[in-house]
Formats: sequence, C-alpha cells, structure tokens
Amino acid sequence: MVAHDERLQSLSIWKRLLLRPELGSIAGLIVVFLFFAITAGGNGFLTWLSVRNYLEVAAQLGILAAAVALLMIGGEFDLSVGSMIGIAGITIAVLSSPDYVHLPPSLAVLITLVFSLGIGYINGWLVMRTGLPSFIVTLAMMFILAGLNIGFTKLITNLTIVSGLQDVVAKDPVAGLFAGSWLGLPASVWWWLVVTIVLSMVLLRTSFGNWVFGAGGDPNAARNVGVPVRRVKISLFMLTAAAATVVAAIQTLSIGSANVLNGQGKELEAVAASVIGGCLLTGGYGSVIGASIGSLILGMVQQGIVYTNIDTDWYKVLVGGMILGAVILNNYLRRKSLEVRR
Amino acid sequence: MTPLVELRKVSKYFGPVVSLKDIDMKIYAGEVHCLLGDNGAGKSTLIKTLSGVHKPSEGQIVFEGQEVSFSSPREALNRGIATVYQDLAMLPLMSISRNFFLGREPRVGPLRLYDGNYTANVAREELRKIGIDIRDPDQPVGTLSGGERQSVAIARAVYFGAKVLILDEPTSALGVKEAAVVLKYVVQAKTRGLGVIFITHNVHHAWAVGDTFTVLNRGKSYGTFAKADTAREKLLQMMAGGEELEALAVELDLISKKDPTSAGRMEHGVAEELHREGGSSA
Ligand SMILES: Nc1ncnc2c1ncn2[C@@H]1O[C@H](COP(=O)(O)OP(=O)(O)O)[C@@H](O)[C@H]1O
Ligand SMILES: [Mg+2]
Repeated sequence: MVAHDERLQSLSIWKRLLLRPELGSIAGLIVVFLFFAITAGGNGFLTWLSVRNYLEVAAQLGILAAAVALLMIGGEFDLSVGSMIGIAGITIAVLSSPDYVHLPPSLAVLITLVFSLGIGYINGWLVMRTGLPSFIVTLAMMFILAGLNIGFTKLITNLTIVSGLQDVVAKDPVAGLFAGSWLGLPASVWWWLVVTIVLSMVLLRTSFGNWVFGAGGDPNAARNVGVPVRRVKISLFMLTAAAATVVAAIQTLSIGSANVLNGQGKELEAVAASVIGGCLLTGGYGSVIGASIGSLILGMVQQGIVYTNIDTDWYKVLVGGMILGAVILNNYLRRKSLEVRR
Repeated sequence: MTPLVELRKVSKYFGPVVSLKDIDMKIYAGEVHCLLGDNGAGKSTLIKTLSGVHKPSEGQIVFEGQEVSFSSPREALNRGIATVYQDLAMLPLMSISRNFFLGREPRVGPLRLYDGNYTANVAREELRKIGIDIRDPDQPVGTLSGGERQSVAIARAVYFGAKVLILDEPTSALGVKEAAVVLKYVVQAKTRGLGVIFITHNVHHAWAVGDTFTVLNRGKSYGTFAKADTAREKLLQMMAGGEELEALAVELDLISKKDPTSAGRMEHGVAEELHREGGSSA
C-alpha cells in the first residue's frame, strides 16, 4: 500500500515537470553552458565580460521572442518583426536627428510606437479579415516594410544610414531608458527581464492569457465559449510590433545611429527561440519564459563560439542543429505528458 | 407554463443551401428534449442558431418570453444558454481547470488576476460533485477519455448557471459504458431544473433519457412528440425518412440476389439488418 503510494508520488513529480513547456529548453541551456564552460572555460567564456556579451545579445532577441512566443501560443506568426525593427529604428533616427526633424528622442520613440502599433493592427486585421495564414500576410508585410524603409530613407537622406544622434540622446533624460546601463548591465538586459516577467504573468495569471491559449489551441472552440478571439489576436500582433519598436529604440539610441538593414533575420531567430523554448508551431501551447531561455541559448552559442577554437562561420550550423534537436525533444516530452494518466 | 426557449418558424440558409426550414420548437425547464435526425439533417445548424453562432435567416427565437437576437455565443452564454459542441468541446493541450474556466475566468484579488489554485480547487470540486475524481486539475484535458471530456463540459455549463444546456451528439463517439455515464449527467442536469436539448442520431440513447422528441429530416421538422405519444420505432422511421429506408433495403436485396459473391452476401446481411431496424424491430 505504502509502496503503491510512493510510486504515484514520484510519477506525479515527473509528470508535473513534463507539464512545463520549458523543460526541454532548461535541459538545453544546461547542456550548452556546460559545453562552452568545458571547451572554452579557459579562454574566457566564464568571465564577466563574456557573460555581459551574451546577455546583451540574448536580451535584444529575448524582448522580441517573448512577444513572438505569446503570438505563437495565440496561433499566429509575425514575419514582419525584423523589418519592423529596421523601419522603426530609421523612423526614430530621422525624427530625432538634428539634421532632420530634431525632436527629443523620447518623443520620437513614442511617435514611432504609435506607427508600429498601427502596422501591428493592420497585420492582425488583415489576418482576421482575409482568413489567410498569418505566415503569408506578415511575409508580405515584411517585404512592404523593408521596401518602404529603403525607399523613404534614400529619398530623405540619400543614404541607407542615419547617424549622429549621440548629442540629442545625451540631452534627453528619458532616452537613458533605452541607452543607459545599470549595475554594469545595459538597458536591454533590464528590458528583457521586465518584458519576460510581465508577459509571462499576462500569459499565466490573467484572463487574457487564458484566452491566448484558447485562441491558439482552437479558435472555434474558444469563440464558442465566449473568448473574443479576434480582439486577442489583433492585440498580439500589436504587441509584437511594439516589442520590435523597443528593440529598435535600444539599438538606435545606444549606438546613436540606425541602419535600414537593422533587424534583418530577427523574425526567424525569434521563432527559433520560441520553438526551442517549447512553443508549438500550431499554437495553443508554449511559454514566454521558455522563449527567453531559448534566446539565452542562442545568445550563448553566438558569443560562446568566439571563445572556442571553432570558426564562427559554423554558428548557423549549430543553431540549426539545436532547433531540430529542441523540437524533437519538446515533441517527445509533450507526447509523454499526454500519456501519463491521472 | 411558458417555455424556456421557443423557436418560431426559424429558417437558415447558407447561400442556396436550405439547412433549416420553418422550424417550430419549444423547450421547457426540467425536461430533456431530444433533437433527432440523420447526418446532415440540420441538427447542428439548429442549435448553432440557438446559441449565437449563426443568426436565423427567418423566424424568431424567444427566450423566457422575450424575443432575442444573439450576435455572439458569448451573449447567448450570458443569458444562460450553454452549448457543448460535438467535436470542439475541449482543448486537449490545455489543463482541465483552464478549460473549465475558458471564457469565464474568475478575477481574484486587487489585481484581478487568474488564480491557478482557486480555479484548480473549483474544477476539482465541481467534477467530484458529478462523480469524476480528478487528482490533478492541472493535467491536460488530452489525458481524459472522450466521455470524461463531455462530462467536464457539462459540469462547466451547470457550474456557470446555464438554464438551457445544449449537447450536440455527446455520446456519438463514445463506447457503451462511457455513453451511459454521459447520459447520467444529462438526467442530473434535468433534475436540477435545466432545460436540456440533447442531440443525437442514436434513438436508443434518446429514448433512455428523453421526455420529448423533435425529429428533423433534411432541414424540416416532422414535429415534436411526447414520449407517451410515440414509440422508438416510429422515431427511427421518421429519422431515416421512412420509405427511403425501405426502398434501400429492397434495392440491396435485389443486388445480393443478382450477385451471389461474398460482397453480395455482405450486402444481403446489411439488407436484413435494415429490415430488422426499420420495419419490425419491435
Ligand atoms: N456553415 C455552413 N455553410 C454551408 N452549409 C452548411 C453550413 N453548416 C451546415 N451546412 C449544411 O447544412 C446541412 C445541415 O448540416 P448540419 O446542421 O451540420 O447537420 P447535422 O448536425 O444534423 O448532421 C448540411 O447539408 C450542411 O452541409
Ligand atoms: Mg452535427
């Protein structure tokens, strides 16, 4: 009798772990960290400088991935976030540059945010209105934004880069929110932390979060029990556009310049981080914290490889391998969690 | 006694398709009203117009004496019309308690947050009341059997104060034992004073729990019958469109006589079966 109960107990702990979508990514993080600690620990991988480096890389991706993960759990994709970073960065730069509009950078960020929320709304509205896959709609938006960005930037500046913002940034105390650093860590890392905590809370501790799971898992079923699916999905598209703007503000204001090519490829990296973190491509399942851990893994690999003897050109091979490995592992774990009966 | 819900000459067209034509129906509190009909008869369409998924093309829906027009399932839910759908009752990857509260999440505390402990406790308690013992409401619904899922959906509707409970083919995908469990909850809901609309194409399940029966065939109603005024066989015949079934049986008979191969013998068996079901199953 006692033995029977003990068996149930251990089953239950194992099962509770299986129910966490981020389980696979935590395992992955440990493996990746140990790999670099062993192969590159003597070359400086474990130094504060290295930690700071990979945290900063992970942070910019993590801010984006946290929002993208929420959207993916809600059953949609946003391939336009990379182009959004590019166009938002240029907009902030043009609006605050002394050579052009010369607004305070904080006001420039605010105006850009309104613009990007509008784009996010259009993405969501189009997806809900046409019933087309968001993959297609946002793919189109990705090209449109990238094209508009280059076109207008060249029209206005004759260049593809807008620079010389250092002075206006220094004069605007609010700009420090994006360009500053605290406790030896850049603003991006703190944004990453806050965004992850807040969005994870939204997902797990609010009605809206429950609706996100519902809208992604089965929009019809969710609608039938009263979930405002349309509103939820449009809000999520606006959220990813807003996250892209935050990343753009951090990049532009901390460097003091913006390049039209900023953000290119980030949309897929964010999807990769979310998938490594346990998000299901078909929606209805996943974790914001997992996506952040996924970003940390990618950041760690990208920076860690520098400290090893491996040529950095191999970085993408590693990333691809990890995505594949993570998906297979997560798939296996999720199936197991459905097999364990009460 | 005024009916809880009444349909008056309700029709529903999808473009050229006539899914429902001039349906009259009254549902009273404390009764199980069975909606019978073959596949494609319009049963699902009928309850979708009742639960706010579709708007009727013609006719009126009267709820507690008032004419109503729902523009979303949420509105119907708020009035107390809860529906458990055939195929999309539950989200398998979501936990039992999250499924239980989906769309009607309680907001707890000053920050009006979703409280996982509170929802788990309520879900566990409500399921215990109807006889399902769940140790862990955080487990995914996908770990439950089909009958248990239907039961959770029924418990949810009852918990949220439904007056009308609509069940779309809750037993059609279930084994005999599981179907019996679900039928038990149907009766339980009725004794609690709910008006239950029970949709099925299984006459035996309907007969076991039903008080009144409405039979649909190709979008039209054959009328509503009290249990005392009809018989299982009559319902069955109406559902299949009576004569058609007979004709089919004769046709199959002919085929099997012309072609005495194994396939022919199989069809002969089917024909016999149909004869027994449709004609003389008494
Ligand atoms: N959304 C829709 N659009 C077009 N036709 C529909 C739609 N829903 C149902 N129908 C048609 O209405 C008829 C009745 O379907 P349904 O109500 O699902 O039948 P049942 O539930 O009795 O099997 C079918 O011919 C079906 O093709
Ligand atoms: Mg149906």
